[in-house]
Amino acid sequence: MTTDMQVYLRRRTTSYLMVGLCGLATLVAVSILLLVVGYTLVKGIAFLNLDFVTQTAQPLGEPGGGIRHEIIGTLVLVALASVLGIPVGLLAGAYLSEFGGGRTGLVVRLVADVLTGVPSVVVGIFVYVLVVQPMGTFSALSGGVALAIIMLPVVARTTEEMMRLVPATYREAALALGIPRWRMIVSVVMPGAMVGIVTGSMLGIARIAGETAPLIFTALGNRFGFAGLGQPIAAMPLQIWRYAVSAYDTWHQQAWAASFLLVMLVLVISITVRWLTSRRYH
Amino acid sequence: MVMQEERTMEPQTTPGPATRGIVVQKLNAWYGPLQALRDVSLTILPNRVTSVIGPSGCGKSTFIRCLNRMHEVVPGARVQGKVLLDGEDIYAPGVDPVRVRRRVGMVFQRPNPFPTMSVFDNVAAGLRLNGLRRPGQMSDAVERALQQAALWDEVKDKLKQSGSALSGGQQQRLCIARALAVQPEVLLMDEPCSALDPVATSRIEDLVRALKERYTIVIVTHNMQQAARVSDMTAFLLMGDDRAGELIEYGQTRQMFTNPRDERTEAYITGRFG
Amino acid sequence: MARAPHPQEVHAPVWWWRARFRRPASPGDWVFQTIALLAALSLVGLLVAMTLYLLNAAWPAVTRFGLGFLTSSTWDPVQEVFGALPAVYGTLLTSAIAMLVAIPVSLGVAIFLAELAPPWLRAPASFLVEMLAAIPSVVLGLWGLFVMVPVIRDPVERWLGSSLGFLPLFQGPPFGVGFLAGGLILAIMALPIITAVARDTLAAVPSSQREAMLALGATRWEAISRAVLPYARSGIVAAGILGLGRALGETMAVTMVIGNGYQVTARLFAPGNTMASKIATEFNEASGDLYIGSLVELALVLFAITLMVNVVGRLLVRWTVAKARVGGQ
Repeated sequence: MTTDMQVYLRRRTTSYLMVGLCGLATLVAVSILLLVVGYTLVKGIAFLNLDFVTQTAQPLGEPGGGIRHEIIGTLVLVALASVLGIPVGLLAGAYLSEFGGGRTGLVVRLVADVLTGVPSVVVGIFVYVLVVQPMGTFSALSGGVALAIIMLPVVARTTEEMMRLVPATYREAALALGIPRWRMIVSVVMPGAMVGIVTGSMLGIARIAGETAPLIFTALGNRFGFAGLGQPIAAMPLQIWRYAVSAYDTWHQQAWAASFLLVMLVLVISITVRWLTSRRYH
Repeated sequence: MVMQEERTMEPQTTPGPATRGIVVQKLNAWYGPLQALRDVSLTILPNRVTSVIGPSGCGKSTFIRCLNRMHEVVPGARVQGKVLLDGEDIYAPGVDPVRVRRRVGMVFQRPNPFPTMSVFDNVAAGLRLNGLRRPGQMSDAVERALQQAALWDEVKDKLKQSGSALSGGQQQRLCIARALAVQPEVLLMDEPCSALDPVATSRIEDLVRALKERYTIVIVTHNMQQAARVSDMTAFLLMGDDRAGELIEYGQTRQMFTNPRDERTEAYITGRFG
Repeated sequence: MARAPHPQEVHAPVWWWRARFRRPASPGDWVFQTIALLAALSLVGLLVAMTLYLLNAAWPAVTRFGLGFLTSSTWDPVQEVFGALPAVYGTLLTSAIAMLVAIPVSLGVAIFLAELAPPWLRAPASFLVEMLAAIPSVVLGLWGLFVMVPVIRDPVERWLGSSLGFLPLFQGPPFGVGFLAGGLILAIMALPIITAVARDTLAAVPSSQREAMLALGATRWEAISRAVLPYARSGIVAAGILGLGRALGETMAVTMVIGNGYQVTARLFAPGNTMASKIATEFNEASGDLYIGSLVELALVLFAITLMVNVVGRLLVRWTVAKARVGGQ
């Protein structure tokens, strides 16, 4: 009887302990997020003002200074990547959702998933060989291409998932009216999945806005502002990296401040995406 | 034959504290804001088969899930009232549901063997929880449980195969063996034949009749013939106006099927609704 | 799938190419389907092009060093002798540290989110963990460099060195930056994806499995460890593999905290490099076909490894989901 009781008490203790550890693990994971976001705010607070966003960098030793070029550069790169990546991603997603039942669909789906896992640094080297070498110069264009390649599979897979959620009755009703399939897809399925398609594009943007590694070998960075798509261009993540590994305290502070802005950008996009998708499911 | 050995005795409604069996007093159950059971009180007799019948959604399953504290596993579910198991309230503060379930086994609607375990390990799962280690004891206990579940002869040569490789009826008897292996006092069966064919169903029914020698059995069924065939006592539940299940009638199965006291019971067993 | 298969989609046993292009009735359909198909195939094309272009650019190094590239530890741009062993070693070591830390923690988080958390807490907690994946690598690197590395130097490494210093792993001066810091930052980066995949597989385990174990008198933890986890094991393995894929290729954060050394050593406190960090640090300074080719070959090796890991992981996820669908119903 006592041994029975001992066994039972040991089991109960183990259970409480493991449940507690799982809770603790969650607490740790969430704390890391809050710590990172909190630090960027606290450490960068000295530079978090309007000047930081509207001014260009000052020479070392002079007060103030901002990251206007870098913000513009990131916007240009993201826009360029979106223009190149989103339409192709949408069409690929449409193919997977509407015609992807066969073996081609299976292969493309697997390739898209695998592409999502290709390290961004590898994509950067690929675009260096593909675009930078032939052009003979680092450029905004090559940076945009690299980011487009990274966002392409994300957009394709999300679009596919979202278009599949459009009920079959919509499609059948449209086809019963005798309109061609492509009209049905473009005028019934795509609008029905509009929120999803926007979501997919935003997820893609969130994924690339903070990318740094591929830009090192493509966009390179540029201290003198935007000079055309054929020229090197600045970007916030690149500048954060260069400031971070520098030896100067004010640059470190600027890296924190820029990080805060970047994190806020990505978080706002992610929260919006979450809001859009949760509305859809309710 | 089951009917013939039945004693003509009314169920006890106010048992003494040491009574064996299960005494349910004013049991209420909810899923979130929805009440699923209201004020159910009855006494389940030891070593008898008690069937719980009623139309779908009347709270039959909820009722027996309250008898081994499985109801509260569903998020948002809660229970009020008393369930005395051998005179001891299983909902009293400080009672661990783990210990209750050890004494009150359960078989589910669909056979649910553990697919990653062998036939042997499925039956041994409950014993291992309780710290039984010695291999000799273990294989004796597994064989005993499989024999009680009338499955031993069919699986004794494939104890190492996966439990999910058996037929549906065999899987359900494996689940019964799994529940019996820990030697519970009570066995709850939640529509155990609903996913089975008639042959497999009749084997389970034979088994239920045999098992009451050792166990107190409560079986939920939507099949009135089955209730009539296997049970000594029958409880009839029906949902009230707010869809919460209420106990309409409880008594000896033979009496209930031949001469029901409540007209709603009569309407149900003669097939006028359900 | 949200729709019944259209008759046109039933796979023709004849030559699929011809079948694919003959089926659509209107010319608009043909054009649309072809364009969509081309867009889809562009993904496949990208993968092929990546392989070919990288191979081509790496060719000078491939022919010059052969297999010796992977076994040599020398990296000397002046003499133009390049060996990748320390970088490959650094990638494997930091990823191993990352998995050692991230898999148990992620599994704990996934179990909490799928099995234990009260319903009101599930959605917000899941969201916060997913947000961890949204933090840009470079920001995490910044945090790692200025917040995590000082903590690792003292007390973590000082304490490990004084109490477990008899192991070669924990010998040597505590730099802060090094393999240990790189591994830990990778653990943070792999955590969200492992958690997400594991949580989804756990949530797909039929509740009848959980209840079967509970009804035998199992505690909460026993129901999880003996019924839920074994049922979900292939999905959990897949989660780990996908997390590994993430860790192997991560660049910026690890570059910032690994200390830019180049050595094969068991000492976790020592500075090192991974394939990705080596490329990121040196590529822009590299000149000459051989130097650039060697860095591209590094990228090619990394590409090949992550490709294999991801293919295995994704196929395992698919297989698990298909199995859960059959088993759950």
